[in-house]
Amino acid sequence: MLNLKRIPTGALLGLFFTALFLFAAIFAPLIAPYSMSQIVGDVWGPISAEHLLGTDSLGRDLLSRMIYGARTTIFIAALATALSFSLGAILGFMAAVVGGLFDMVVSRFVDLLMSIPTLIFGLVVLSVLPSTIVTLILVMGILSSTRVYRLARAVAVDVNAMDFVEVAKLRGEGTRWIIFREILPNALSPLVSELGLRFIFSVLFLSALSFLGLGVQPPEADWGGMVKENKDGIVFGIPAALIPAAAIAALAISVNLVADWVLTRTTSLKGGRD
Amino acid sequence: MAMAQAKPQRESDILLDIRDLEIKAAIYSPDEKPRDVTIVDGVSVQTKPRGESDILLDIRDLEIKATIYSPDEKPRDVTIVDGVSLTLKRGKVLGLIGESGAGKSTIGLSAMGYGRGGVRITGGEVFLNGRDILKAGVQGLRRLRGREVCYVAQSAAAAFNPAHPLMDQIVEAALMHGVASRAEAEKRAVALFKKLGLPDPDNIGKRYTHQVSGGQLQRVMTAMALCSEPDLIVFDEPTTALDVTTQIDVLAAIKDAIRDTGVAALYITHDLAVVAQVSDEIMVLRHGKMVEYGETRQIIEAPRMDYTKALVSVRSVEHEEKKPTDKPVLSVRNVTAAYPGGQIKVLQDVSVEVHPGQTLAIVGESGSGKSTLARVITGLLPPTFGSITFAGRTLPPKLADRGRNDLRELQMIYQMADVAMNPRQTVGTIIGRPLEFYFGMRGRERDARIAELLDEIEMGKGFIDRYPAELSGGQKQRVCIARALAAKPKLILCDEVTSALDPLVADGILKLLLRLQKIEDVAYLFITHDIATVRAIADSIAVMYRGEVVRYGSKTQVLTPPFDAYTDLLLSSVPEMELGWLEHAIKGRRMASAGH
Repeated sequence: MLNLKRIPTGALLGLFFTALFLFAAIFAPLIAPYSMSQIVGDVWGPISAEHLLGTDSLGRDLLSRMIYGARTTIFIAALATALSFSLGAILGFMAAVVGGLFDMVVSRFVDLLMSIPTLIFGLVVLSVLPSTIVTLILVMGILSSTRVYRLARAVAVDVNAMDFVEVAKLRGEGTRWIIFREILPNALSPLVSELGLRFIFSVLFLSALSFLGLGVQPPEADWGGMVKENKDGIVFGIPAALIPAAAIAALAISVNLVADWVLTRTTSLKGGRD
Repeated sequence: MAMAQAKPQRESDILLDIRDLEIKAAIYSPDEKPRDVTIVDGVSVQTKPRGESDILLDIRDLEIKATIYSPDEKPRDVTIVDGVSLTLKRGKVLGLIGESGAGKSTIGLSAMGYGRGGVRITGGEVFLNGRDILKAGVQGLRRLRGREVCYVAQSAAAAFNPAHPLMDQIVEAALMHGVASRAEAEKRAVALFKKLGLPDPDNIGKRYTHQVSGGQLQRVMTAMALCSEPDLIVFDEPTTALDVTTQIDVLAAIKDAIRDTGVAALYITHDLAVVAQVSDEIMVLRHGKMVEYGETRQIIEAPRMDYTKALVSVRSVEHEEKKPTDKPVLSVRNVTAAYPGGQIKVLQDVSVEVHPGQTLAIVGESGSGKSTLARVITGLLPPTFGSITFAGRTLPPKLADRGRNDLRELQMIYQMADVAMNPRQTVGTIIGRPLEFYFGMRGRERDARIAELLDEIEMGKGFIDRYPAELSGGQKQRVCIARALAAKPKLILCDEVTSALDPLVADGILKLLLRLQKIEDVAYLFITHDIATVRAIADSIAVMYRGEVVRYGSKTQVLTPPFDAYTDLLLSSVPEMELGWLEHAIKGRRMASAGH
């Protein structure tokens, strides 16, 4: 069914880089040449045979930190996205199908959450709560689930008005069947495109939090934090901060290329065959 | 010099004809011998008189293509119209008829040099007033459209801009082309309103789209098309979206207007009975090709091709009326219903009965409460008063309180089969789900039953893995029927199930429903606005008007005079396939339609 030759170039490129990042994230301890917290050279050492990307502000190997950073960044962002999608989509679909008071209460609560700027809200919560990875994921997931909720509810309200949902209701199907079997497959396309975007926003949000010192705590490596650690080097013409920044950009683009491709495949109403 | 040329098809529409002209001159140079130089070599020129010939529109060998882009495939071309030729004289009306996808609208629009949504005119010529408009260029087309040829769309409500008063839109084309001053154009529009029988002709132009009814809006659109006094109007299904009782008025108004203004028209429709009333000639189209082309009388009374014969004899389904039994399967008693928060009673004191294995047809125009009755019976809209007894037990008014057996025995089929099926489920899942849900069937047992049902609806088990998008309109409705049957119901509510289908396909569905009724002994409550369908399928009939049942009884009782005023209006408004029916029907009416 999946013909490699029919995958467009953009999607192939996206798949390649996404796979590369994922590979680095999963096998970080095996492929990283040094440990991530070990000081192995001079401060901001240049690119050399021992240190392929040079060293950072403390003299740690940048490549190793990039590889470990991929692990932390992608892991947290992926879990936060998964949380935001399961929470947002299920609540959104429920609100559309059940309607009435439930819809009203959840929708207004979401409005309330959205009315507070995300970054400020995140900063306040994280400065009060202990800065562990679990709280980080929870805060990020719940905050971005409000956006997913809005989208899921809007799409599901449209689908819910279709005759086939009425058929299912007349058949006596429960809410669970209506949500997962009737509405979800038809709401998938906008959700998939949102998924790519949300994941990247999570990466950026995490990077922003780390940059501000409330995200991943040192000596753990993550890309946003690495930009922060090395930002002063830019003044001296040292590109160490640009490497993690470029990695964030590359991840953002490649994940969205893949999401676009998945999107065109799921839009087909003929089961992807023709 | 060769003068022998193919004779032109019509001598009359050529003003000047130069054939193979050759002109030479002799040159005398001082150093040379005199020699001949060819100045003009074999030039042929034909000019046609503009606006003087009696042939207005001449389409020759028209070919129209569109490119289909599927995500996984290379773009490919499909031919929508293939080698169609037609001529239309001034003041005449040509009816273009065919099923959906026959290319009739595409041909109509090509008379304006327009291809809708990526459609390209790839071959042939379209002469309007003697000029090939396909070569006219963008500016040429702009001068043409709205001046020489105008368009009346199917949905007038969507064709008018709701933010502007009607009059501004009606005179716009005339003003743009400088045909008339604003005062003149408005005077002309008011005269047209009068001619088209619109109420308050002096002031209706000040209204907005939402302030006039659908039938009136369609006539306003006809006035808009006539305002710049074009030579040709393309009517694209102008009455299809209207109720029968409104359609007849609009049809009569359009016919009068065409006759009085002497404009020529292309009249596009899928209803042969309608086109028989207005057109001088008819062209029957199928799959973008011409099937038959001839005078209206010949097409209606002596069709030559099999396809035309099938169209003419459509709705020939015969159905023997059955006697009512003692115990009805469904009885609706004194039901009154209103939508939540609304003061208006959508249903008032409605009482009907459906007998086992029989069909009750509910007839009425849109807004008469037919579909609301179905919603009340299914429990989607609990009635404010009255009760529903089904198979000997009183049904709880709310859907949520009904038992699984109540739900199973009462199935529903919808008008739009496209949206009644989940586009993400295969035919197997769609039909198989009721089997799983009600009977707990799994695996092979379920698949065997699905195959059986597919056979019953005359489709075969090859369709089991198809998605709804891979089915035709008729097949979709068949799958919906199979889904309803899978539950082994006692009663199926059919809500306008054939209204969205082409006549021949609709006939097939009706025959299937009747056959299934015999096999499965299921009762139907058949909601429709189409009397022909009622005649074909009903055992008893309830006529509804503004939420009330105005006439109820067996088919023969209801369809035998004396009629009440509304039933008379309804029955006399159904177009019949005979010439002169329209004038006769208009004359004999006792009640003005509500959409007037």
